[in-house]
Amino acid sequence: MNELVYAQARWDEPPIIELSQAGKIGFHQLSTAETTRAALETIPQQLRRARPPSLPEISEIEVVRHYTRLSQENFGVDLGIYPLGSCTMKYNPKICDAIAASHKIQDLHPYQDQKTAQGILQILYEASDLLAKIVGMDKITLQPAAGAHGEYTGVLLMRAYHRDSGGQDRNEVIVPDSAHGTNPASAAMAGYKVVEVPSNANGCVDTEALKNAVGPRTVGLMITNPNTLGIFEREIVEIAEIVHDAGGLVYYDGANLNAIMGKAKPGDMGFDIVHINLHKTFATPHGGGGPGAGPVGVTKRLADYLPVPTVEFDGTKYYLDYNKPKTIGKVRAFHGSAAVVLRAYTYILLNGKEGLATAAEVAVLNANYMAQKLRKIKGFSLPFAEGVPRKHEFVLSTSTLTKETGVTALQVGKRLLDFGIHSPTVYFPMIVEEALMTEPTETVSKLELDAMINGFAKISEEAYAQSDQPRTSPHATSVSRVDEAKANRPRTIQLTWRTEKPEASR
Amino acid sequence: MRELAKVHPYIPNSDGSIIDQMLSEIGAHSIEDLFKDIPHSIRSKADLQIPQGMSELETKKHLERLLAKNSSTHDLLSFLGAGVWPHHVPAAIDAIVSRGEFLTSYTPYQPEISQGMLQAMFEYQSLISELTQMDYANSSLYDWSTALGEAARMASRATGRSEFIVTKYIQPERLATLQVFCEPVGIKLIEVAQDARTGFVDLADLGRKLSSNTAGVYLEYPSFLGFVEKAASEIGSMVHKAGGLFVVGSEPISLGILKPPGQFEADIVVGEGQPLGNHMNYGGPLLGIFACRGEPLLRQMPGRIIGKTATQDGKQVAYCMALQTREQHIRREKATSNICTNEALLALAASMYLSLLGPKGITDLCATILDRTRYAVDRIDRIRGVVAPRFDAFHFMEFVINFDKTGKNVSEINAALLKAGIQGGLDLSKWFPELGQSALYCFTEIHSHQDIQMLADKLQQILET
Repeated sequence: MNELVYAQARWDEPPIIELSQAGKIGFHQLSTAETTRAALETIPQQLRRARPPSLPEISEIEVVRHYTRLSQENFGVDLGIYPLGSCTMKYNPKICDAIAASHKIQDLHPYQDQKTAQGILQILYEASDLLAKIVGMDKITLQPAAGAHGEYTGVLLMRAYHRDSGGQDRNEVIVPDSAHGTNPASAAMAGYKVVEVPSNANGCVDTEALKNAVGPRTVGLMITNPNTLGIFEREIVEIAEIVHDAGGLVYYDGANLNAIMGKAKPGDMGFDIVHINLHKTFATPHGGGGPGAGPVGVTKRLADYLPVPTVEFDGTKYYLDYNKPKTIGKVRAFHGSAAVVLRAYTYILLNGKEGLATAAEVAVLNANYMAQKLRKIKGFSLPFAEGVPRKHEFVLSTSTLTKETGVTALQVGKRLLDFGIHSPTVYFPMIVEEALMTEPTETVSKLELDAMINGFAKISEEAYAQSDQPRTSPHATSVSRVDEAKANRPRTIQLTWRTEKPEASR
Repeated sequence: MRELAKVHPYIPNSDGSIIDQMLSEIGAHSIEDLFKDIPHSIRSKADLQIPQGMSELETKKHLERLLAKNSSTHDLLSFLGAGVWPHHVPAAIDAIVSRGEFLTSYTPYQPEISQGMLQAMFEYQSLISELTQMDYANSSLYDWSTALGEAARMASRATGRSEFIVTKYIQPERLATLQVFCEPVGIKLIEVAQDARTGFVDLADLGRKLSSNTAGVYLEYPSFLGFVEKAASEIGSMVHKAGGLFVVGSEPISLGILKPPGQFEADIVVGEGQPLGNHMNYGGPLLGIFACRGEPLLRQMPGRIIGKTATQDGKQVAYCMALQTREQHIRREKATSNICTNEALLALAASMYLSLLGPKGITDLCATILDRTRYAVDRIDRIRGVVAPRFDAFHFMEFVINFDKTGKNVSEINAALLKAGIQGGLDLSKWFPELGQSALYCFTEIHSHQDIQMLADKLQQILET
């Protein structure tokens, strides 16, 4: 049992342009040469492209093979455990994708007569309602395309609120030092200054420091709870009060929502604004980087500022409401990522109140099980808040291992790849030395957790035996350790095949 | 411990005996023990006020019932474009993007185990830079509108200036998004006129509005209303003379036959990648295209960029994220943007689409679209009182139909069309009242001559009764 064997495909697949051979095509032509010539002749000379773009000339089967091979050089949740902290890489139920493959969603146009889109409008309306109830907010916008986009929307909502209530001089957004990088970046995008508050010895916000940080300049606080150490900020109610007393608003970064469904609602903690990563907690596939969706929920006093349109129901029909005089405007074109929301809606219906609570419970159980087992392995530790249970994730430190053997957190992560286990998030949060931020989620089995724990144990043994393995890993992946410095050096950087620099290749 | 309601298909450890075993191994008495640090005042109100879960079969039936209330382009003959366009998506694309290895992967933070997606993104960047004839493309933003917002901010950062000029007939939702990206950082939007007859940019007006404050000028090419600006080069030269950046927004398929922005001195190109092999999906998710020219701008670019490199032992070609010091996970509040999650899967579809088409396919597709556009103009303009196209210019894929002299308004006409199973063009009367009773119609390869004839016949019938 728990034999750690993995071998990723190695195709050495060239860039698709190198598979090109003049004359081939992967597309069923639509017109005759005659029609094409006649149509092209209607283009005024000065507007006409001199020659067609140098796209690959390649048949359909070759395109399919190329990308199937590339897929085999890629790791996903469907292949194995993917414990990236704060990313919630849980299983994405196949039924959600099957439903979203219907032409009744794929081939809908956002401007079609709303009478002909009552089904999707009802889905969007009901999804908003369910999400609002899960996070304890009054009103939801489904527009933001991702978590960070939701954060920017949230910061703009704070800005609109303060402008309306005489707080236009407020220009400081407070974030804990353990915050996700998107929080300060989103605040800065709205032109705000970022003020960092330190964590205390328990890994939570230092409330004394927070009291000193707030004031008449405070726009609000952006915080995730559980925080990035996986620790529940138990003083959250006081934290929210401190910010509210200073006239600020409190923003919930929903990246870590998976831990608390059915256990705690941001609305009850004192939050005014919440974003929700549907591609994390609500299991929509992350597609190698995106799409995601980042709906934002707010309390009543902020509802008038939400972006337009919102989806409403008048008792007989569902409709898009653009009539919001106080709206911040639009954060994107159209009405949001409907196909992503549809999947999340399906996921919520499948799970229901009991299933979502179970998801949170088992996600937390899995994380604590792993944390307790891993901290006992030589070289690893679990800094901050001794004895306090973690929530959905935990941050392991390899600092002892690193000091004693030279093997770093990064190398531990790379060596895990050899076992068919994705690395945790490395070197984050920055308040932990040699950090491995680990989030197993509820969708891994005990067998897989034990296999991963064995993997860590094996790496520790290798490190203390001064084996080369951790330092030279990975070996089982489609390529060995990648030279990331070369990818950034001015002389060798290459970002398209059109700038192939012969002297720099290989 | 709380008795779990049922063993759950997505939660392997939801069986009570497994839970008990795990709890005992870590010395916890119950799952509730693990939540004991949540204050009672919060914990006591946490019960979810949502329905109980349903089986896969029940859920599927429920969703199918809801979705059946929608009419898709399979059910209706639709002539809507305006920022999201109907095209045929080759089946090969859906097959590949549904593969779990791509579909269920995260951002490729560990390059060794994520080469497939990284290489696909490098290919996407290469294909977009080839199509636009720009030096660099990133690996996607959310959609055209947010790409435009980022472009204006980038132009302002790069020039240290704070005015951004946009043309009058910009897609209004794109303009609204642009405002939301610009206003908080003090970028002022200035409108430049377009000729009432041709739609071409009023160069004299542009000359008056350009100044030493101009960060950039934005031109949609083809325009939102389908006409294609003829003086793009002159506009580029004028902007550059004033020391600003030239930002061009394009629907990408059109660049298969139109002179690409890189050949008329565009500094930044943005656009919507949805038509490249992605479904309309009621307007999302979409694919924001973002490309730029030259290294100084590259350093200012928002979003993820993938680079080609080698393994450390020099033996294998490999790919990884490049120039990450621009990004929020490294640079926090000093990042060029806050974007993290992007639209990688849609970029993968776009790469496949452009590869399947190739140079011949894209030319053929563009010619087909032009053929449909011209056929529609021919059939519709002959209807009494109807003017098509409203603007006197070369059009691609879309054009404005004016109904002022028919005595009917667009909303009446569209209601009558819908009764006949036709979704008419986008009513422009609210957004651009000066265009009177006008609608924006879109014609692509999905519309046969018969479809267009059916539209023309129906319009004639509606307007002449």
